[in-house]
Amino acid sequence: MTTEIAVQARNVSKTFDANSGDVIALEDVDLTVEAGEFVSLIGPSGCGKSTLLRVIADLETVTTGELEIFGKPARQARVDQDYGIAFQQAGLLPWRTVAGNMGLPLELHGVKKAARAARVAELAELVGLTDFVDSYPDQLSGGMQQRVAIARALAEQPRLLLMDEPFGALDEMTREYLQSELTRIAAETGAAVVFVTHSIPEAVFLSDRVVVMSPRPGRITDILVTGFGDGRGDALRESPEYFERVTAVREALHGSPVERANER
Amino acid sequence: MTRKRAAVAWGVVGVLAVMVIWELYKFLGPAEGFVIGAIADQRGSGVMILPRAHDRAMPHIWDMVARLFQSTSGGDTPPLIVPVLTAALTTLGIAAVGWLIGVTVGALLGMVMQRWRLAEWGLLPWIVVSQTVPLIAFAPLLASIGTQIDRAGTIPWPQWLSVAVIASYLSFFPVAVGVLRGLEAPDRIHLDLMRTYAAGYWPTLVRLRLPAAVPHLLPALRLAAANAVVGAVVAEVSIGMRGGIGRMLIQLAGQASSDPAAPWGPTFGSIALGLVAAGSVALVGVGLKNYRRGEATA
Repeated sequence: MTTEIAVQARNVSKTFDANSGDVIALEDVDLTVEAGEFVSLIGPSGCGKSTLLRVIADLETVTTGELEIFGKPARQARVDQDYGIAFQQAGLLPWRTVAGNMGLPLELHGVKKAARAARVAELAELVGLTDFVDSYPDQLSGGMQQRVAIARALAEQPRLLLMDEPFGALDEMTREYLQSELTRIAAETGAAVVFVTHSIPEAVFLSDRVVVMSPRPGRITDILVTGFGDGRGDALRESPEYFERVTAVREALHGSPVERANER
Repeated sequence: MTRKRAAVAWGVVGVLAVMVIWELYKFLGPAEGFVIGAIADQRGSGVMILPRAHDRAMPHIWDMVARLFQSTSGGDTPPLIVPVLTAALTTLGIAAVGWLIGVTVGALLGMVMQRWRLAEWGLLPWIVVSQTVPLIAFAPLLASIGTQIDRAGTIPWPQWLSVAVIASYLSFFPVAVGVLRGLEAPDRIHLDLMRTYAAGYWPTLVRLRLPAAVPHLLPALRLAAANAVVGAVVAEVSIGMRGGIGRMLIQLAGQASSDPAAPWGPTFGSIALGLVAAGSVALVGVGLKNYRRGEATA
């Protein structure tokens, strides 16, 4: 049996209409993500990494090119709930408890109450929030909110997890902790992950492959394999291999023109 | 808790201040008022810039309160407070019906406008213009349509229903606007999320848009309640319906020169009415307090 393909993008381009003319957000992007693989998209602001993720999620449609998620059109994959998604903001519904938020997708898709409660308990255990299921989002720290969002994304056991800078708004300590948690969760669930970030160490620590993108027009300039396998403890953060990969990604990034953030 | 206590204290201070200012003016102000530009021997000429302060124009507050407990029109008639309360309750009931009609119509309009942008463009200007039409102008018209429906016989149309419909005309407006703004309140990220769940219009409405609209809805409902009371009182007066507080106000105001404290009875009654109406809506808000939580930012 050949490895299943989670995401297959061929010559994908995306153009936005703007008042000042068309903006090319993505140009000729080719990307393959295998089932169970962890792939990071990294690049400066405006390189189209978030757009690529949104296209995969069918929150935007491709202008030209082909995009298949588990062999299906993106729209079908969205309707079939083949992926779970988490954004930079946790985006929890403030009037729902932690349990209510984790169970939201299940509720929307008609999962019965008992089954839902069981799954929510599992999810709370998975992200370590069992004691907080009855709390409201405003009673949680930013890191805990983000863990709820990850649990919610995993609620329906998707084979693909899409994450758009989910740790971007967190402090460094929480960030490193959640990174370790995420590698554990990804290994436990066996889901493929497409992870957008602008942090080089984060991309290297988490990923099997790091996809380097450059802006204007947004395109893939390099793909680096980390080759760390399953050994991703905290020791990895201090290993020479890790620093070597960080340097490699940095050089790949700087090979492309560096953008100033205010030019977005 | 201390904030709540402070709020109550400020409310009491406000009411006391009004009473003090009233009595102070009555004590210091000119009994016959102050008129500039008056022509001698011509009654009512000139511009009055300070109102009269004598007992017929400005009864003492304690006289107004005492009047509530004196018989309505002499003899064995019950104290004034009894007919005032009866009339206030009648108007409250009519205003409640008007509020319900207004909230229903307003909510439907708001939902339609949120669902279809074209409907918003087409409807919203008319909704705004509708509120500039003076109530007094079309109240008799609506009442006569009601009478004609009633006479036709198929549907009974009591006079109070006309009053309720007129009250709803004022109360639907804040609801329509509040629902429209409220349903558009959810963050982009929440709408994206619902889209990733392949949730259609109705699930998104029930699970996201309506709960997110609550902070916009509560003030709209409260405003609608106050408007319904005002609308009901004005409509009672302009179509001459008996039994409500509006009619009673006009009636007693007509006798004010001989019984100056009496019209203050129904005035207090209608103030109480407005407070009860707005307070009832506030009770709705208590049950919905979970929908008013703000999400703490990371």
